[in-house]
Amino acid sequence: MQQIGADQYARPEPPMTRKPKKAKRDPAPSRWAYRVHRMWLTPFYRSMLRVGLPTFLILTAAGWYISNPTNRFAIAEKAAEIRNSVESRPEFTVKLMAIDGATPVVDAAIREMVPVDFPVSSFDLDLEGMQQTIAALDVIERVSVRVRPGGVLQVDVAEREPAIIWRTGGNIDLLDRTGHRVASLTERQVRADLPLIAGQGANEAVGEALALITASGPIAPRLRGLVRVGERRWDLVLDRDQRIMLPEIAPVEALEQVLALDEAQDLLDRDITHIDMRNPGRPTLRMAEQAVEELRRIRSLDRGEAGQ
Amino acid sequence: MTELYEQQRAMRAMRKTAMQRGVIAILDIGTSKIGCLVLRFDGQEKMRETDGIGSLAGQSGFRVIGAATTRSRGVRFGEISAMQETERAIRTAVQAAQKMANLRVDHVIATFSGAGPRSYGVAGEVEVEGGSVTENDIARVMASCDVPDYGEGREVLHAQPVNFALDHRSGLSDPRGQVGKRLAVDMHLLTVDADTIRNVAYCIKRCDLELAGLASSSYTAGLSSLVEDEQELGAACIDMGGGATGVSIFMKKHMIFADSVRLGGDHVTSDISKGLQVPLAIAERIKTFYGGVVATGMDDREMIEIGGDSGDWEKDRRRVSRAELIGIMRPRVEEILEEVRARLDAAGFDHLPSQQIVLTGGASQIPGLDGLAPRILGQQVRIGRPLRVQGLPQAATGAAFASAVGLSLFAACPQDEWWDFDIPAERYPSKSLRWAVKWFKDNW
Repeated sequence: MQQIGADQYARPEPPMTRKPKKAKRDPAPSRWAYRVHRMWLTPFYRSMLRVGLPTFLILTAAGWYISNPTNRFAIAEKAAEIRNSVESRPEFTVKLMAIDGATPVVDAAIREMVPVDFPVSSFDLDLEGMQQTIAALDVIERVSVRVRPGGVLQVDVAEREPAIIWRTGGNIDLLDRTGHRVASLTERQVRADLPLIAGQGANEAVGEALALITASGPIAPRLRGLVRVGERRWDLVLDRDQRIMLPEIAPVEALEQVLALDEAQDLLDRDITHIDMRNPGRPTLRMAEQAVEELRRIRSLDRGEAGQ
Repeated sequence: MTELYEQQRAMRAMRKTAMQRGVIAILDIGTSKIGCLVLRFDGQEKMRETDGIGSLAGQSGFRVIGAATTRSRGVRFGEISAMQETERAIRTAVQAAQKMANLRVDHVIATFSGAGPRSYGVAGEVEVEGGSVTENDIARVMASCDVPDYGEGREVLHAQPVNFALDHRSGLSDPRGQVGKRLAVDMHLLTVDADTIRNVAYCIKRCDLELAGLASSSYTAGLSSLVEDEQELGAACIDMGGGATGVSIFMKKHMIFADSVRLGGDHVTSDISKGLQVPLAIAERIKTFYGGVVATGMDDREMIEIGGDSGDWEKDRRRVSRAELIGIMRPRVEEILEEVRARLDAAGFDHLPSQQIVLTGGASQIPGLDGLAPRILGQQVRIGRPLRVQGLPQAATGAAFASAVGLSLFAACPQDEWWDFDIPAERYPSKSLRWAVKWFKDNW
């Protein structure tokens, strides 16, 4: 195999040969390496490379991803899906509505006004809106709507208490103590226990009316109602078409004065149609037609006697 | 002269900006190594209440945050001989120091030992204008010094006022505000070869650095190796470097003489290399491990493996006794010291009251030098190490770093030089605004 030539007779390589010395690596940095190192040590470049560049890259990537409408749609869908999966968890389901403090009629009305298809997620319930809708009912004084633990939509209601009946035009309304309408009545007889007021603007002065009714205790059986006159003063209407016309100012005192007269002289039992207290310093009486004629007859008799 | 003045002022301004930025690099361009220190200035240390003077004699205003050395290349006798090589070596050192400091440095103060420094003592005298001495008077008196003809192609490296005299009182360090008639100044002028300075400046510029100052390494070695009372009472510092040995004489805290001998530790190495027929690298290794200058009987028996990789078994297994090695080294060391002695004698060092001599620099670490040097230089010789400065790594605290450490002290609290004062108005090249102001001041 070995070629025969001059090499065969050449001196063999000594076993320990000096390896040719490798040129030592130059420890000095090249000019560019040096410059780059210096640049890297400059705080501005350093912060740019370490913070600025990654931020820029991330923002660019995000921007590019979002600029594609398909991706945007996918993101929105995914978000909606996650939201839905959270909302539909049993912890957030509302199964029934409980209404406290309402009469059965009002209860039914509320359930009709706020129709909710149970079960429903509590995220889908618009509690504010429900509260406003319920509060819009005249009969409701205050209402609080909340979702109780256990999946119950709790509606706490305080109803207005009817204190008086107000008749205007053809309507008969129930009012509470503040004059706020509670409900309408078809017939006065349904709530015969409540006093009746009438006249335009009577609802503005329900408090006064109630005070007058309280003050008219002794003649309560005879009281038929109160009439607001000219939106400023009250007439107390009794049976037998008797009226007590009260002043605008301090009507209760005037009424007490009339009652005192009645106590002393049975004023109301007489044949009098109106007791005019509009000027409390000078109470005036209007007698019935018959009584006036009777009086005239009696007086003429007296005169005749005297004349005869 | 004005050109130099402008140059030096520009460098001084650069140093001030570097100080404001708080970071400056120190570059010691030596024959055997190039060292780079990165200094951070944190401002003056707060004075402690218990103690009048701050730590490290108040010189702790700075801190070394980066230090690197590299083998020097292209430098001979303390002068740059191959620019590209030196530039690379400087780059290596600066990059390593920057890396350690983790900070980029832009301003650098350099020192070198060669360039044939020559000292001149010059004197000037001037009448004080208007009673007390002002800064302007000092500028005038310095400008009035009769500058010797130091020759073509040389530049003034240091021009430091060392002594002021006011009338009959001499030895004032700061005459400002004092009342007198005649103000005289003694100034020490150190000139070096302009080409060397230009080469150094060029190399540093090639490394994208700004040259913010230059100093002679004889001077800076004296600053760091002489203790305060030696500087005050008078002492000589001999900085035995690789390619050149610097000599500086200090008196009253001022350098009054500087010179350099173009001999150093590298010559000892080359003697060993020639004497033992070994490469320079091995000679250097033998010198540092086994070198000495005083032979004893023990040294005859201590055989040193020379080693080598010539491939010749006989040659590579040679052994020499340590006595032989000492026999090679000693004459060269003696020669260096004798040369130094001659320079000191020429400077009139033997007339100084204090004859203290401090040996420093890398070559001063030869064992036995403390026995040899007194025979040649006189009795009061000690081997000095540079002052410890804050943050300097342990590896850089040796005598070889005397001039680098001295340069950092120089950077921290520089000596007033001639160019720190404004040129007096009458020396201004053109009739400037300042001249007009002076005319107004004089006449109104």
